[in-house]
Amino acid sequence: MTVHVPSRSAVEHVDRDPLDRRELAAIIARDIPRGSYVNLGIGQPTTVAEYLTPEADVVLHTENGMLGMGGEAVGEAIDADLMNAGKIPVTETPGASYFHHADSFAMMRGGHLDVCVLGAFQVSERGDLANWHTGAPDAIPAVGGAMDLAIGAKDVFVMMNLFTKDGTAKLVPQCTYPLTGLRCVSRVYTDHAIFEIDSSGDGRVRVLETFGIAVRELAERMAIKLR
Amino acid sequence: MSRTAICHTAREAVAGIADRATILVGGFGMAGMPTTLIDALIEQGATDLTIVSNNAGNGDTGLAALLAAGRVTKVICSFPRQSDSYVFDGLYRSGQVQLEVVPQGNLAERIRAAGAGIGAFFCPTGVGTPLAEGKETRTIDGRDYVLEYPIRGDVALIGAHIGDRAGNLLYRKTARNFGPVMATAATLTVAEVSRVVEVGAIDPETVVTPGIFVDRILDLSAVSNDQHTSQVAS
Repeated sequence: MTVHVPSRSAVEHVDRDPLDRRELAAIIARDIPRGSYVNLGIGQPTTVAEYLTPEADVVLHTENGMLGMGGEAVGEAIDADLMNAGKIPVTETPGASYFHHADSFAMMRGGHLDVCVLGAFQVSERGDLANWHTGAPDAIPAVGGAMDLAIGAKDVFVMMNLFTKDGTAKLVPQCTYPLTGLRCVSRVYTDHAIFEIDSSGDGRVRVLETFGIAVRELAERMAIKLR
Repeated sequence: MSRTAICHTAREAVAGIADRATILVGGFGMAGMPTTLIDALIEQGATDLTIVSNNAGNGDTGLAALLAAGRVTKVICSFPRQSDSYVFDGLYRSGQVQLEVVPQGNLAERIRAAGAGIGAFFCPTGVGTPLAEGKETRTIDGRDYVLEYPIRGDVALIGAHIGDRAGNLLYRKTARNFGPVMATAATLTVAEVSRVVEVGAIDPETVVTPGIFVDRILDLSAVSNDQHTSQVAS
């Protein structure tokens, strides 16, 4: 299943603030096609689950070996043998299944997952993803399933703030951080705007929607060409 | 010995593990982590070990305790850095342990390949990233792949839920994780289980790891009884 959006110019929501984290999670949930198999990355992407309605009929995959993952477990429902990829206790939904790691990653690599949502340090205009390593010499490298997810899911949605604290856009002409995957990101969801990347196209990034900023101003603050 | 041995002490279950062994250790976080076997390995004393596991130890127990005891020279894992991985962090930063970081799916598939007799395989994960540097690549039907080699263990230590006397294993929920794959890929596979049942008590249709892959089973229900007995005796 691929995400289809009819050709259109960007929808600008100028008279408002940028999206807060909860609004961003809700918008990503809105855009996940009904009936999808979805993996939500560790950290902020996990919060998207809170906005998936039963009508969306989304089945959540967790790479440590489960389809049909439910919400976070609390109280007596906590089971040390049932956790998500972030090692947080979770619950199972009717129709859930368990499987070993090689099968779990075959689901990704084999192209069976429809959407995954990942955080990022940087995304390039052709869809390269950098989200596993800052490149700092004293940092202990840890990749987990990030590289497998990046190249495996049919659609990779990135969820991040558009600008760093010093105001530099994280959607860049070319990533300077160590790469996680090449030409793998299809959508970038940020507090200021939603972008679509056609990794096989001319490298131009399409703005789908803005929040608290006009496309013109957005273009001025970014080093990539927008359309 | 080809048939599964049922062990009633942890010491028996880890007997014969040699220095410089490569040990596959199951578990994702603490789920499926064979902590009793790891504790027994610490007591057994094998050293200069290479540990293959998803993480590099949490807190002060299990793998972290093995690392803290100075028995590990190299860790092959996907995600060493966690909020409570301070034992590994300290050893790594002081150069006392080597690290090979492997994408999680590659870790599973390389172990699977070893167990399935595959010589190497072309994998799309990591293409164009630092983790593929220096590796052979090939373009197949227009897509780029990296050549990945199997990871075989001298020993696999895994945690399962129920075993029978024929060596068949069942797992519980996400504690299954690496267990079934690691069980296939080692010369000596040892599983700790919460209890052992008689042959025939597990429905053959539900067996996850067939007994052919399992050399020893440690019956944790018997271990706790033994400990209780020895405490009473002393």
